[in-house]
Amino acid sequence: MKAALPIEVTAGQGTVLYLDGISVSFDGFKALNNLSLMIDAGELRCVIGPNGAGKTTMMDVITGKTRPDEGRALFGEAADLTRLSEAEIAQAGIGRKFQKPTIFEALSVFENLELAMKADKRARTTLLSKLSSEQHDRIAATLTLIGLRNGADRIAGLLSHGEKQWLEIGMLLAQEPKLLLLDEPVAGMSDHETERTAELFLSLAGTHSLVVVEHDMAFIETIARKVTVLHEGRVIAEGDMNKVKNDPRVIEVYLGR
Amino acid sequence: MSALTLNQGQTPVNGLNRGPSLFWRLYGVKGWLAIGIGALIAFVVFPVLNLLVPPTSALHISAFWVTLIGKIMCYAIVALALDLVWGYAGILSLGHGLFFALGGYAMGMYLMRQIGREGQYQADLPDFMVFLDWKELPWHWSMSDQFWWAAVLVVLVPGVLAFVFGYFAFRSRVKGVYFSIITQALTFAAMLLFFRNNTGFGGNNGFTDFKRILGFSITAPETRMALFVITALTLIGTFLAARWIVTSKFGRVLEAIRDAEARVMFCGYNTMHFKLAIFTFSAVLCGIAGALYVPQVGIINPSEMSPANSIEMAIWVAVGGRGTLAGAILGAGLVNGAKSFFTVAFPEYWLFALGAIFICVTLFMPRGVMGLLKR
Amino acid sequence: MLLQGKGAAALAALFISASAFALDRSALEKLASDDNDEKIAAIAALVAEGDPKAADVLKSAAEGEIELDGKKVEIVVNNRVRARIAEALSVLKLLSPDNAERHAAATALTGGADPAMLSLVLKARDAEQDPAVKKLLELATAAMQLRSEDKETRLAAIRALAGSDNKALLVEAASDADEDIKRAAQKTLRAMDDRLVWGEWLGLAFAGVSLGSILLLAALGLAITYGLMGVINMAHGELIMIGAYTTYVVQGWFRGSAAFDFYLVAAIPAAFVVSAAVGMLLERSVIRWLYGRPLETLLATWGISLVLIQAVRTIFGAQNVQVENPAFMSGGIQVMANVVLPWNRIFIILFAAGVLVAMWALLSKTRLGLYIRGVTQNRSMAACVGVPTARVDTWAFGLGSGIAGLAGCALSQVGNVGPDLGQGYIVDSFLVVVFGGVGQLAGTVYAALVLGFANKLLESWSGAVLAKIAVLVFIIFFIQRRPQGLFALKGRAVEA
Ligand SMILES: Nc1ncnc2c1ncn2[C@@H]1O[C@H](COP(=O)(O)OP(=O)(O)OP(=O)(O)O)[C@@H](O)[C@H]1O
Ligand SMILES: [Mg+2]
Repeated sequence: MKAALPIEVTAGQGTVLYLDGISVSFDGFKALNNLSLMIDAGELRCVIGPNGAGKTTMMDVITGKTRPDEGRALFGEAADLTRLSEAEIAQAGIGRKFQKPTIFEALSVFENLELAMKADKRARTTLLSKLSSEQHDRIAATLTLIGLRNGADRIAGLLSHGEKQWLEIGMLLAQEPKLLLLDEPVAGMSDHETERTAELFLSLAGTHSLVVVEHDMAFIETIARKVTVLHEGRVIAEGDMNKVKNDPRVIEVYLGR
Repeated sequence: MSALTLNQGQTPVNGLNRGPSLFWRLYGVKGWLAIGIGALIAFVVFPVLNLLVPPTSALHISAFWVTLIGKIMCYAIVALALDLVWGYAGILSLGHGLFFALGGYAMGMYLMRQIGREGQYQADLPDFMVFLDWKELPWHWSMSDQFWWAAVLVVLVPGVLAFVFGYFAFRSRVKGVYFSIITQALTFAAMLLFFRNNTGFGGNNGFTDFKRILGFSITAPETRMALFVITALTLIGTFLAARWIVTSKFGRVLEAIRDAEARVMFCGYNTMHFKLAIFTFSAVLCGIAGALYVPQVGIINPSEMSPANSIEMAIWVAVGGRGTLAGAILGAGLVNGAKSFFTVAFPEYWLFALGAIFICVTLFMPRGVMGLLKR
Repeated sequence: MLLQGKGAAALAALFISASAFALDRSALEKLASDDNDEKIAAIAALVAEGDPKAADVLKSAAEGEIELDGKKVEIVVNNRVRARIAEALSVLKLLSPDNAERHAAATALTGGADPAMLSLVLKARDAEQDPAVKKLLELATAAMQLRSEDKETRLAAIRALAGSDNKALLVEAASDADEDIKRAAQKTLRAMDDRLVWGEWLGLAFAGVSLGSILLLAALGLAITYGLMGVINMAHGELIMIGAYTTYVVQGWFRGSAAFDFYLVAAIPAAFVVSAAVGMLLERSVIRWLYGRPLETLLATWGISLVLIQAVRTIFGAQNVQVENPAFMSGGIQVMANVVLPWNRIFIILFAAGVLVAMWALLSKTRLGLYIRGVTQNRSMAACVGVPTARVDTWAFGLGSGIAGLAGCALSQVGNVGPDLGQGYIVDSFLVVVFGGVGQLAGTVYAALVLGFANKLLESWSGAVLAKIAVLVFIIFFIQRRPQGLFALKGRAVEA
């Protein structure tokens, strides 16, 4: 899929995301337990782990939804993620796709993208803002990319599940983040769509950093370069797919008790 | 009002085509036509039929109707205000009766001072203060004899209260039913406060027996008509302003907040600013509506702040159709028209009717009358 | 009894001689004069003779009119004179053969009276046989002697007053010119304070618990329907009201019968059943369709509340109705000089505790309770394992509504019963549930008690309305700081 991406190249060297010793507990239950993780610029990282391993919670911490009890979370050069609000984190360049597709059901597809699109997002300016033709073109390009070019005026709530998934990915792209967090992006997609998604992610890698959480191992294998395995809130293995697959602890976690 | 025929116009952002000019963004031809007709009725037909046509004529519109329609237009402004926060941003405030009453009280203070020495006790102070044996005006009444100051208070008091309250509530992410409950508690607390004589707002009885506004006799037909026209003007202004807001990107962010607030935040919008802005704006609109209401009906008292009133406001919006501005006006008109009819014809059945409206609208007409009309 | 009867007879005999004479004409004339001091002297003179007829004269004088030589004469009575007349009437009542009447009169006089009437009160005291009345009369004489000329008498009076709870009397003496008197009075005052302060605190604590128990009753049902089921039922107050009216109806059936005192035995279950039935009907017909849409539920149930209010008005009238307490619920126990705990309040506290325990047992020990908890925690899972979720919803809602009915039954024993009864509790009960933490039974209990205490505590120094406002504002800010409430867990349920 070599469509013109509506995204600028974000060249950056070194580490984009740096998590160190993060712990989160809910009523005494440790959802994350001393978790450390580093994502390099341009990297595509897959995170796997059984249900309840803490994958979504990790994303919550990165995006500011959940505050960690302990540990540091840094983004880019200096941004301390534990102090910024959700909106500030998003503006700093972290985009997130939820596990459950969340789009703005009452708005049209076009409007969904318009809202997500990178722009001045303060209340005052949105009151007066008008779409420039260049912004129009960028939305059009995104629409083409996600295959909804002809459905721009459709109400998003009426889209099929797969279309909603794509719309959400489109919104993420329109946001032009440096780091994309994708929570189970292909759940509910057909094989063909899954393939397209894989292509898209691979084409984004390099210019963007991606963290993909998925249960679909086939999908992981097609895109994986480096894989992190979470279990009970901590990293139990990290490395390329082969190495991880043969790690005895991973096998134990996935196969037996 | 001719809100019945009002149309929502074309969808503003028209797919991949460029957006229309501001004028056509607000309404299409039909919509503007309807507004024009409404304005014509309010600014020409009513004044002529009320003031120039003699009372003996069949065409004459009596003071009763002028007051009733004027009152309903005030309610319609409230409905628009509530629709902005509830219909668009999904925040059900049960405190709008409070903002309305505060605007009313701010205007009422000025009207009380305008009575001058014509009260029952013929004193400089308002009657209720003489009755309480007060010797001088309390601090919060200073400058209340100035109209400009009353106008400032009408905007400022509800605005500041809503801003401060909203700031704390939205900052700590109070939402949904929680928000409704605490706004209701706020209204309730304010009502108790205003019921006290010592608060200095006339206790139970509130303010009434007004004589003049800006020096004009408040009962004179010309004054009433002037108030009517100003109210209509405010209503149309509010309507257009609200339409401008909801067709802007700001309005779309509000709708997005209603549907998926977390997503909006992760898109990089500070949702609190949006909610706070629209809540405060809405409160100010209510204050203005209250200020227009009081001189027309001639009374304001704490029962205006009772939780029941605020909930009733929500039903105006629900009846008309949440998230459509014309619906809000329509709903305010329908419910209050029915109320005026019932309380005269079958007073004991009004609560049954109102209760039934609440139940039926939520069960069977989630999109209100506008939803039915659109189908 | 016999002895007291004799005493009263003796007392009457004591004055028989006096009553044989006609009323002193000069005293009557003085009473009609313009000078207030003269009038007061005349009152004392009239009383001094102990003539029962004097009572009639004084009563009519209090109304501003006396009969002099067969003519009616208008007289002006100001507050001071009126107070003296009231005292004089009390003094005359000390002669009554009726124990209770003498007791009341003596109580009235403990606040002090015109020293001119002292001799009569002294006589009455010496003749008094009933120990309780005698004790009161001792205080009364002491109060009167406090203003006497003689220093020793005054000191004795101050000492005698140490046993009373009336601080007002001593306050004046405590700033007397005479050092000894001043010191003695201050000392007594301090001792009194020490004794009374405990009573005050106890009274306050009791009032707090009492209000707390009422809030708890009103909120407990809501803790199920809103706290567990998430249904925001604005008609909850009206279900309380229905419980109160049911009690009223049941009480009506029992009126006049010998078993009247036991009508609550029938009224309590009736209130529960009727409210529960109404609640279940509502759940089936309206609320069921609105699960998961709290704001719509709020509006629809508000509509229901309006219909219920109007229905009750149509059936029973808009006026409040009178629900009579059973005899054993009136009166109270006097635990301290200044503390009386009314029986009806005590019963309500016990009743609230009983309802709480029953509800807890039902939720934690029975199958229905298990189902309710299961359904509210994970509906689809519960459905999968074969729980009839829809029926459980109805039963749970009925349970919450029935408890509201019980609250109504309890409220009918302490307050007015009218169509608007429920409206007064709806804001409060929601605040209790929200304050305690949604889904937390223990939280609800604590919140009710905390709010009850806070309200009463504030009330004692700022007045009822301001206290209420302060509490409301406090909760508003509290919820903003801790939206999950006092006790809620920090979990997923909260965010949903
Ligand atoms: N807000 C919360 N309150 C209480 N417990 C929570 C909360 N969020 C997460 N948890 C718990 O933390 C653990 C980790 O949850 P998380 O959603 O991160 O798992 P996950 O790895 O994303 O699982 P899945 O693959 O099923 O999506 C789970 O046991 C979950 O129940
Ligand atoms: Mg997950």
